[in-house]
Amino acid sequence: MRYAETGYNLEIDLSTGNIERVETDPNLTKLFLGGQGVNARIIWDRVGPEVKPFDEGNLLIFGAGLLHGTPVVGCNRTSVNTINPMTGIFGHSTMGGYLGPEIKHAGYDRIIIRGKAPKLVYIWIKNDKVEIRDASHLKGKGVRETTRLIKEELNEPFAQVACIGPAGENKVLTASLEHNWNSAARGPGPIMGDKMIKAIAVRGTKDIFVAHPQELFELCLKMKKEIHASDGCGDWMATDEDDSFHHNNFSWGNSRTRIKNYWSKELQERWTRWKYDHMDRQMGCYNCPKGCINIISWPGHPRFGYKCYGKDTYHMSAFKELNYSYELLGYCQDYGLDSYSTPQTLALGIELYDAGILTDKDMPNFPTDSGDRIKYLIEKVVHREGIGDILANGSWHAARIIGNGAEEFEHNTVKKMEQLPIKLGKLNPAYYLMIATGEKMAITQIEGSFPQDPIRDVEERKKFVEHWDAVPSQIFKDIFMKWEKRDEMSIEDTCLVTDWNEAMHYVDDSTGLCGFVSSFRGQFGGKTAYSFNNVPQIIKLATGMEIDKDDLWEICRRNRTLIRAINNRLGIRRVDDDPPKDHWAVRNPELEEKLLDAYYDLRGFTKDGIPTKEELYKLGLDYVADELIQRGILDPDEGTPSQEAAKKEQQKSGGC
Amino acid sequence: MAGTGKKIVKTIKVDLDKCNGCRGCEMACSAYHATPKYSSMNPSRSRIRVVMDPFNDEYVPIRATDYTKAGCDGRRVYTIKGKEYSECSFCGTICPTRDLFFDPDSGLPLKCDLCEDEKEPLCVQACPQGCLTYVELEEEEIEEAKLGDMEIGLKSLVDKYGLKKLADTFARMSQKG
Ligand code: SF4
Ligand code: SF4
Ligand code: SF4
Ligand code: SF4
Repeated sequence: MRYAETGYNLEIDLSTGNIERVETDPNLTKLFLGGQGVNARIIWDRVGPEVKPFDEGNLLIFGAGLLHGTPVVGCNRTSVNTINPMTGIFGHSTMGGYLGPEIKHAGYDRIIIRGKAPKLVYIWIKNDKVEIRDASHLKGKGVRETTRLIKEELNEPFAQVACIGPAGENKVLTASLEHNWNSAARGPGPIMGDKMIKAIAVRGTKDIFVAHPQELFELCLKMKKEIHASDGCGDWMATDEDDSFHHNNFSWGNSRTRIKNYWSKELQERWTRWKYDHMDRQMGCYNCPKGCINIISWPGHPRFGYKCYGKDTYHMSAFKELNYSYELLGYCQDYGLDSYSTPQTLALGIELYDAGILTDKDMPNFPTDSGDRIKYLIEKVVHREGIGDILANGSWHAARIIGNGAEEFEHNTVKKMEQLPIKLGKLNPAYYLMIATGEKMAITQIEGSFPQDPIRDVEERKKFVEHWDAVPSQIFKDIFMKWEKRDEMSIEDTCLVTDWNEAMHYVDDSTGLCGFVSSFRGQFGGKTAYSFNNVPQIIKLATGMEIDKDDLWEICRRNRTLIRAINNRLGIRRVDDDPPKDHWAVRNPELEEKLLDAYYDLRGFTKDGIPTKEELYKLGLDYVADELIQRGILDPDEGTPSQEAAKKEQQKSGGC
Repeated sequence: MAGTGKKIVKTIKVDLDKCNGCRGCEMACSAYHATPKYSSMNPSRSRIRVVMDPFNDEYVPIRATDYTKAGCDGRRVYTIKGKEYSECSFCGTICPTRDLFFDPDSGLPLKCDLCEDEKEPLCVQACPQGCLTYVELEEEEIEEAKLGDMEIGLKSLVDKYGLKKLADTFARMSQKG
């Protein structure tokens, strides 16, 4: 019997209408765990670089996490992977809520969708019964109405629905896939639109079995109480109303203007009142005692739910206050727009108009008020009307389509995708590496386990290190003990910290754990529920699989390397590992090159950022190496930067 | 036969405002009633279900308490403090109009047993948010003859399918056996 997983995938081909329930290879679980890991393996196998994002051959995979449906607390994030049409590379997308566990209970570990439907459809999955149903009556409908209508017509109040709004239908590249108050951005929205899938609805009534019932259940019950009580878990922004960090430090508009002393006590009081006077509740996700999603009903406007910094992006792009976002968010969520990329793209549009690159011809009747301008552009983008048809492609593409100097105004993307609009002074080495080499496309998905800031006081530092449960080894305690200044960390240590931060994210993305109880929270005070010290044991109790810390670390390295290889095959090289030019005011090109070299060394990448043959073979990814070599992407004799340097030295000194 | 007396009523109080919609109660109830205990999870086997509509901010844990034949259509809407709730929000019965508390495989009704062997019911333990609390009340009450599990099950099936159909099915099944 398979524990924790179901052992089956659901394969749907929309072009042929073929639907199959396919038994999976248990070896893949051992190698990649589940969720994003296994999804990546499927994409490597089946979506070659000749397949364009909007081709029939592109896949859209809803991957439940390995531990979804087990009692493991805060484990509910579904990995939705595809080739992202905005970046042209592997789309990293995860969303909370209930979908992953429901997919498991329906008897599948993942749903793999290929092809395109001839007309708008939705997919209805109830255990073994799978239907592709007409959705023409849902065309153009918002997320909430779509969800309601589907549940009603199926007469299934317990079905879990994930759908797109008009933005996704119109293949807006910044569109998201929505599921209650959760969303999956970075690819799935426009791909759903392209494949003509309005929604997927799932209802599962099957059992998920675990290998060591009593032990696992008791541990989880205990952890649930601890997680509930811990301020090291969940989104602290759900409870801390001091949001000076984002407003004083992040830049407004098109990621350009910083307002250093924006935050004030009275502002905080006013905003706190706005929030709590209109907050219905704080909602959580499947089997998690936290309440990270703030549900707000702003009078006269549709209700919405937000997490974290999601409430700031619209008003910061429009130089407005919180009430502006509160007015807008319900509509934007109903349209199915990603609140991260969209506002930045719209703000770029405004800048281009002010600079005279876009004119009244492009934007007839463009309002004067910045808030009205954002609203004007939202409507254009969602329906791909006029200038909206261009801005719907995100800042990078839009700037290049507009041309005429517009490229100069687009300044905050990495690998063609918008980044956090943070502009800093001095280069911080760990963050340089993470934002430059990251392929999850937003730094919040990379920064993580290691604290963001050193502790000045030596005694306090010692105390912190002594109580640091999440730390995987003494090495990190030592690094932390000798760390005095934020921007001063040795290259070697920087690489190790990056490695840990990354690894923990790959744990989450394959098991389905939420970063707020795991990878993302350690940086704020070191306390978090899940770490390399307990996840292996939890996996073992749930699945029966023997796995220790090193095994888990190796799986994460494999997953990370495989995704890199997918992206290499799609053209990613060293030049693409490049943060926004103005991310730091003071750059240090020499150090940056050294950091990249050292990181590639640690990862087993060549100087051009491609995993070496040796590294790939070591990870059991020999078929990946062989293909990269065959395609002329990888030179089989090339080593990592330091191996190559050593080779050169030897040749110089006449060694054989 | 019915009589009057004092009795301890064990029940679970629900504070709707504290529900975060996590469905941990469902997961825990199903695990507790699995054989062996905790070996499988399946919210659709749970004796507590959270009826929810996040877009309307409606989160209502309903327990499979004593069965009553409710002839309700369940679709009326109430507005309280500006929020809309459907009638289901207030109903504590085994729902005859939806497959709320029927075992997905056997079709037999599920009933909350208050996790008899536990000091605190599992759904309550799984809800540190405090939406569910276990209470023992001393109540003056008219005692009714208690129905056994099987009788409750049969009674609800009679209500659902009618006596004739049930008898036919029973006869057919006994022949096969
Ligand atoms: S920590 Fe917050 S975001 Fe994460 S699963 Fe729990 S409620 Fe959801
Ligand atoms: S465990 Fe508690 S908070 Fe969670 S859904 Fe059940 S009743 Fe609501
Ligand atoms: S739960 Fe069932 S019986 Fe109760 S009000 Fe709703 S529909 Fe009617
Ligand atoms: S008291 Fe026990 S049987 Fe009843 S709903 Fe709660 S967990 Fe289930």
